[in-house]
Amino acid sequence: MSKSPLIEVKNLKQYFPIKTGLFKTEMLKAVDDVSFYINEGETLGLVGESGCGKTTVGRTLLRLYEPTAGEVLYEGTPVTDKNIFSMRKKMQMVFQDPYSSLDPRMTVEDIIGEPLDVHKLYSGKGERRDKILHLMELVGLNAEHATRYAHEFSGGQRQRIGIARALAVDPKFIVCDEPVSALDVSIQAQVINMFEELQEKLGVAYLFIAHDLLVVHHISKRIAVMYMGKIVETGTADDVNYNSIHPYTCSLMSAVPIPDPDFIRGRQRIVLEGDVPSPLHMPSGCPFRTRCKHACEKCAEAMPPLTDRGNGHMVACWVK
Amino acid sequence: MEDKMPKKNPLSAQLNLSKFNSYMFQKASDEEKRQQDVMSESTTFFKDGMRKLFKNPLAVLSIILLGLILFIIIFAPMIVPYHYEEILSVDGIRDKGAKNLAPFTYSKLEQQYIENGGSRFPHIFGTDEQCRDYFIRVVYGARVSLLVGFFASIIVLIIGMAYGSVSGYLGGTVDLIMMRIVDVIYSLPDMLIIILLSVVLQTVLKFSPGSLFESLGTNMISLFIVFGLLYWVGMARLIRGQILSIKQNEYILAAKSIGAPTSRIIKKHILPNCISVIIISTALQIPSAIFTESYLSFVGLGVQAPMPSLGSLANAARGGLQSYPYKLLFPALAICLIVLSLNLLGDGLRDAFDPKLKK
Repeated sequence: MSKSPLIEVKNLKQYFPIKTGLFKTEMLKAVDDVSFYINEGETLGLVGESGCGKTTVGRTLLRLYEPTAGEVLYEGTPVTDKNIFSMRKKMQMVFQDPYSSLDPRMTVEDIIGEPLDVHKLYSGKGERRDKILHLMELVGLNAEHATRYAHEFSGGQRQRIGIARALAVDPKFIVCDEPVSALDVSIQAQVINMFEELQEKLGVAYLFIAHDLLVVHHISKRIAVMYMGKIVETGTADDVNYNSIHPYTCSLMSAVPIPDPDFIRGRQRIVLEGDVPSPLHMPSGCPFRTRCKHACEKCAEAMPPLTDRGNGHMVACWVK
Repeated sequence: MEDKMPKKNPLSAQLNLSKFNSYMFQKASDEEKRQQDVMSESTTFFKDGMRKLFKNPLAVLSIILLGLILFIIIFAPMIVPYHYEEILSVDGIRDKGAKNLAPFTYSKLEQQYIENGGSRFPHIFGTDEQCRDYFIRVVYGARVSLLVGFFASIIVLIIGMAYGSVSGYLGGTVDLIMMRIVDVIYSLPDMLIIILLSVVLQTVLKFSPGSLFESLGTNMISLFIVFGLLYWVGMARLIRGQILSIKQNEYILAAKSIGAPTSRIIKKHILPNCISVIIISTALQIPSAIFTESYLSFVGLGVQAPMPSLGSLANAARGGLQSYPYKLLFPALAICLIVLSLNLLGDGLRDAFDPKLKK
């Protein structure tokens, strides 16, 4: 590849200190040695169960948390504390909860205009208003809604406001942190289609974090699967979905609801046994081995590295 | 088209769709769609709160009462021709008989003057021991008390808000240290410090004669200083707690991801979201400051002598309590009305603005 990818994450680690006793602090490894890349105008889907560190990856990527180790490259330049302000014009975020991510004391106009204010992206009041109205039109909001407050809108409309705010600085890359999981299914479809339209129009790249595999498969070109802070499988959306190799991915895929009774009767559900181990006391070697039916001795010894299984399909498993 | 319609199961309670034809269903026109829009008046947080406040009869009563008191203390000195330190005189002759007059009575000299065709403004609350009009003294006393209450609350508000918001926003070790300082200040005895300070300040401070500070006296200055030093801790704790909870909201994180600096986040997001708590606690702080001032004046640590305050008037009335009980009644009633109406207003504001109490 001649050109460097838009976003490249190298060995990102994010540990949180947790007080476990009076003087004891232990490290909670929320994200442990994660690497991936996203090309321009491309969508990478990030899936995994609750608490596996998906959201932390997104937030650390934007330096909302100070990473413990590793680096994030934007078009080859590392994102640091010094250049983060200008980087925020290129990387933005859409939040999970449309109810708490909008300030209840601000009008829609001020919420969408805030990034413009912070980065001083207009020369006069008229230009500011024009830009805001253009953004509102882009996400399908009426211009007459500009003077209203966030609590007067439905969940879907609120999420549109959040998207307009992220788009205000004209970013190249947006982290979508479970943007549809708080919405009704009918609204989810609208919002996801809007994400796709915006990508076509503006050429933005997404890191699309979700736990709904169908949604992620629909919108993403490539998918990464996370388990306990580590990426266990990554590849093109179809490879991960239809030719999943890692036992964890297989069990995830077998749990996807498909509206076809005949198919469901014929398919074998892989039900995982046991609970997710405590992230404070991670099992040695592969974190999944305690719930994996294929686990062998080697799994307890060392974490399997991501190895290429053809066509960029990377899997971290010793057995398969 | 018709064969696409699902066949109705005879046992099903579903609508029989085969009875309908496709032409019976038409798309709604834009106008018809617009009619479905629910148009509600866009209400701001303040409008909504004010509407609730004016529905509360006690709050409305207290607003009316406070308005009336404010009207009297602003306009009464313009109408009443006496001054609070003026010893009554008729035609330039000192009126020695105008001592301890009952309300709406005149001294002998004044009666004579009126019989001769002169007009004399009535002594609404009578006069005091030193032949001064008592009504205007109570009015000035109320002025001083309200001013002290108001300014002391503003001092408390500003210091408490700045300290609390920094402590709450930064959190962690900074918060820990700042809050332990608050704990230390909280444990200091306030009355003792007011008394000590007024003694010290009397020798240290020299005010230019005739200035506002001089007429207020060192006791009042020390009262303000003590409010600035000690009384803000309650406010600081309250605001810190509010900010700690507001900080958890995702819109703060969103502002950070935009790149908004800390000062903007505090100013534009955090403070507007705890403004209701600030308004309520300030409204409740005013009566407590008035009460402290009255108490100190009553003990004799209040305003400097000719300047009256409600507390010092009540104290002066103590002497002749059996002969002239109304002289205690008027300032005491004024304190009661002011403190009561401010407390009721504070309660009303809390009911109207506190989202946790929404019915």
